[in-house]
Amino acid sequence: MATKKQVKRTAWDTVQLARNPGRPNVTEYISMMCEDFVELHGDRLFGDDRALIGGFATISGVKVMVMGHRKGRTVEENVESNFGMASPDGYRKAMRLMRIAEKFGLPVVTFIDTPGAYPGADAEARGQAEAIAHNLEFMSTLRTPIVVVVIGEGGSGGALGIAVGDKILMLQNAVYSVISPEGCASILWRDGSKAPVAAEALKITAESLKKLGVIDEIVSEPAQGAHTDPKAAAAAVKKAVLAALKELMRLSADELVAKRYDKFCAMGRYFEVKGK
Amino acid sequence: MSWFEKSAETPLRVPTEALWVVCPSCKAYVEKDAWKQAGKVCPRCNYHARLSCRERIKMLTDADSFEEINAQVTTSDPLNFSDGSGTYAAKAAATKAKTGEFESVVTGTAAIEKIPVVIAVMDFKFLGGSLSSGAGERILLATEVAVKLHRPLIIVSASGGARMHEGIISLMQMAKTSAGIARVKEAGLPYFSILTDPTTGGVSASYAMLGDLNIAEPKALIGFAGRRVIENTIKQKLPDDFQTAEYTRDHGFVDCIVQRRELKGFVAKCLRYAGF
Ligand SMILES: [Zn+2]
Repeated sequence: MATKKQVKRTAWDTVQLARNPGRPNVTEYISMMCEDFVELHGDRLFGDDRALIGGFATISGVKVMVMGHRKGRTVEENVESNFGMASPDGYRKAMRLMRIAEKFGLPVVTFIDTPGAYPGADAEARGQAEAIAHNLEFMSTLRTPIVVVVIGEGGSGGALGIAVGDKILMLQNAVYSVISPEGCASILWRDGSKAPVAAEALKITAESLKKLGVIDEIVSEPAQGAHTDPKAAAAAVKKAVLAALKELMRLSADELVAKRYDKFCAMGRYFEVKGK
Repeated sequence: MSWFEKSAETPLRVPTEALWVVCPSCKAYVEKDAWKQAGKVCPRCNYHARLSCRERIKMLTDADSFEEINAQVTTSDPLNFSDGSGTYAAKAAATKAKTGEFESVVTGTAAIEKIPVVIAVMDFKFLGGSLSSGAGERILLATEVAVKLHRPLIIVSASGGARMHEGIISLMQMAKTSAGIARVKEAGLPYFSILTDPTTGGVSASYAMLGDLNIAEPKALIGFAGRRVIENTIKQKLPDDFQTAEYTRDHGFVDCIVQRRELKGFVAKCLRYAGF
């Protein structure tokens, strides 16, 4: 099991752990946590994005719709899954699966692990911005519970596109940010090598995000990171997801939607009255 | 060379800044009064220069109909952020002093050809029109006022995307504003999004792409990822028209491109089609 021993890390150390190529990916979490998984393919519009996968799954007897950004384990897998960078087709597939979940009365569990939405010319042509925007709008009114788990990299809008949920869980060594530390450093510091400083300033670790009220719960990892004991990491995620589901499945659809709205509206609600 | 290019030769007198504006696109000298009269649109090449939020409100709404709401909601500094060039707090204070605005979006009630609306107008001059907690809160409150007063909602976007200085809190404004838009639509109210130069990043991937109608100004830059990021990803040079309003319309994400001088009448006409 996850150890209680605290290991002090800088934000930049955590970024390295979150991106560790050995870190368990969504496919592995699903296979370690779920006794059944039926993958469902395609957005019914263009294609089947291998960078964002999903389908029916059963976690300790609880039937859910599961989905997540998919980073590969091998070079071949990473080429196929575009290193976890989803295209509009991926976000539209996610929305289609969430629609099915709502219709069938299944809670949704999403796994977040992406450097960001794919910045490609074809992704722009097919409406990357529209696809993400539409998911944000749609998820805010979805009449079934949504549990989000940030397992690795939570990269900006590409992460948020499937991360509007009732409970946001985050692994201890995952990161979640509006921009990569490298990107931020090269824009605001005009020096990409200042990424470690930017990582600190952006407050992207689970501990900082919990304080900011952006995530609800930190899931402990094995002392040296999830990749050193994937089974223990998966067991901890499974336990946290089941607890969250149990809590949310007691609420009516109206209550869920109202609470989700209030939750996101409260984020960044700061008043500084200046009087113009 | 066509006739109109010949006709716009440099005037014989040495132009002075007091009397002439140089079109940033075709470099023609345009009389300052004519430039203002045309709403900062070049009479020679139809270049649509950026407007301040106050100029936009003046052009789009009936005289003296605009009443600002929630002006007291302004920037805050949730991360206590500073970068290579200083603190965010100092940068925000300087921007407020320079622009006379307190956020990158101004919201209020107004009338468009006597039709009462709620309107939000972004200002690129305020930190690149970036989406911050204050801007997100103003937009959310505008959506709530639209529902409460049962009025159509109009948002004019001009933004480079998220405000990095507010980190993850800025990202969350995408979810928050999109949730507000969902409620406007659920109330059966029209929401028109007007995309002006530029509308990119987190703003295009949230409310700007969610209009019942998405209306753009000619040649406006509209997209998710930045051109250079995409070129670096795909290792190809992108065509000049990539991510223009025309490109976005031709790919199915914008309903109409409307000349600035016709925008008010066009919005009013569509509002009447919507039953207002
Ligand atoms: Zn011109």
